[in-house]
Amino acid sequence: MKGNEAIAHAAIRIGADGYFGYPITPQSEVLETLAEQKPWETTGMVVLQAESEVAAINMVYGGAGSGKMVMTSSSSPGVSLKQEGISYIAGAELPCLVVNVMRGGPGLGTIQPSQADYFQTTKGGGHGDYHVIALAPASVQEMADFVGLAFELAFKYRNPAMILADGVIGQMMEKVVLPDFRPRRTEEEIIAQCPWATTGCKGRRPNVITSLELDPAMMERRNLQLQAKYAEIQARECRYEEIDCEDADYLIVAFGSCARIAQKALEHAREEGIRVGLFRPITLWPFPSEALASRARQTKGILVVELNSGQMIEDVELAVKCSLPVEHFGRLGGIVPDPDEVVDALKQTFINSPEKTK
Amino acid sequence: MTKEELMKPEHLVYQKPRLLNDNNMHYCPGCSHGVVHKLIAEVIEEMGMADKTVGISPVGCAVFMYNYLDIDCQEAAHGRAPALASAIKRLWPDRLVFTYQGDGDLACIGTAETIHALNRGEHIAIIFINNAIYGMTGGQMAPTTLLGMKTATCPYGRIPEIHGYPLKVTEIAATLQGTAYVTRQSVHTVAAIRKAKKAIRKAFECSMNGQGSSLVEIVSTCNSGWKMSPDAANKWMEEHMFPFYPIGDLKDTIPTDDNKTMK
Repeated sequence: MKGNEAIAHAAIRIGADGYFGYPITPQSEVLETLAEQKPWETTGMVVLQAESEVAAINMVYGGAGSGKMVMTSSSSPGVSLKQEGISYIAGAELPCLVVNVMRGGPGLGTIQPSQADYFQTTKGGGHGDYHVIALAPASVQEMADFVGLAFELAFKYRNPAMILADGVIGQMMEKVVLPDFRPRRTEEEIIAQCPWATTGCKGRRPNVITSLELDPAMMERRNLQLQAKYAEIQARECRYEEIDCEDADYLIVAFGSCARIAQKALEHAREEGIRVGLFRPITLWPFPSEALASRARQTKGILVVELNSGQMIEDVELAVKCSLPVEHFGRLGGIVPDPDEVVDALKQTFINSPEKTK
Repeated sequence: MTKEELMKPEHLVYQKPRLLNDNNMHYCPGCSHGVVHKLIAEVIEEMGMADKTVGISPVGCAVFMYNYLDIDCQEAAHGRAPALASAIKRLWPDRLVFTYQGDGDLACIGTAETIHALNRGEHIAIIFINNAIYGMTGGQMAPTTLLGMKTATCPYGRIPEIHGYPLKVTEIAATLQGTAYVTRQSVHTVAAIRKAKKAIRKAFECSMNGQGSSLVEIVSTCNSGWKMSPDAANKWMEEHMFPFYPIGDLKDTIPTDDNKTMK
């Protein structure tokens, strides 16, 4: 099935309580699949087409505040509209899932794949000092698997989680093993798991969900608490995959669809005797800096491959702290490179330019 | 009867509702918010819904509604309260879910959320305080500011050629298929307060009976923003606001029997 369809099926199966969305290419299959599956008749999951992305994310804000497992999905221009709500959700410390199936920009851009929302996702996006936990799937299987993982992390840290996919991962069809059916949590379970939620104040003092605090001293303390939480997430939740890195002279660092292309490129390069490894960050925030730095020590150079003009490369450079050359290869505006383009880029950058590596 | 005897519980004829707590309100003297808060507290208490209600507060003067009402509350982004309420009510169908919004929040930045939530027939009640001005930010022009009315951003009066016309959002709501009960009330006299309370009760019952969405507009004063004494503001409201925003039900699809069957 398609990556977008896998998201929808996984959400129903893991016991999500609500989905609120608005159509936009290339992710409309998420809402379409949910509408076709009618989970409100089986698991009781609420599915609602909102009047805008702004309304959809604020429905998620409301649902998350009441302790429910709620999500939305969109694509780049729609995710820009959601940033206000994401900032509120992060400020009020609520769990939710936002899926971004990226397309090319800026502006209305194109409906073709892109990875140009890396900065928006990992460096804030909306206003204020906050982070979302960002997972980058590189297969339809991971689209399905990361729905459950994203909710698990979101509830563990009371923080919005994002699945940052792109048009390739959303639209491509692969075999997938869907997660087992898990019943939705009962009312009692939600109240026990989320004592902070606005469920009606039966047997307790009223709960208030807000991101507002007018006393600057209190607001600073609240910000420091958020930063402490982010530090904990950075220490505990970095995820990555390494392919053929043990003997690698060079590293390709890529995420999502680019990692799939790079995997093929790596095979071609190795056939030519170039020892290349692939380092694939799975969490883009927190970025697996330490693991990358430690792997980079044995190599002569890093090629960062992205469907943008060079965004994740900044985190790669920060991770290796100028200890080796870091170069970028990217295609923009919806163009997806083929593996040999990546091999050529690797050769031009490092193999045929020995001065770059020493 | 001595003072001590008079103060005995059996002589009590009126008291502050239990759900309205003792926190000092930040509202200006003469403001309508406090009265409407009290009515909401009374209605929730009388309906026995104190521990099954979620209120959504807006951005604006009533942002701190949660400081005064002892119920679960969530504070929305500017204009988005109906979106939050729609989701919460769908996810918790047996809860009483209402929003409390000012004219800037509801009729300007949140027009889309308001119209669509009402038109979907969400089983929520929207309490709409219309004082024709932005109070919290210091008295700027609102979508409901009357023609000729002076505010900080139309200091020479609202002129249609420059600022456009005041929006009658409640009249629009009455045309929507999803709305069950749409009314316009005020709280400037005891009689008006009694009617407003009945309207709020009807709206809340309507949402608990699954009859559709409700909108209760309360035409209100903002004596600070209007730069008038509370008394003068009430007179000005009667003379200028009521002719343009006439008081009364705009849409009522609820058979009166339904109110009696409600527990």
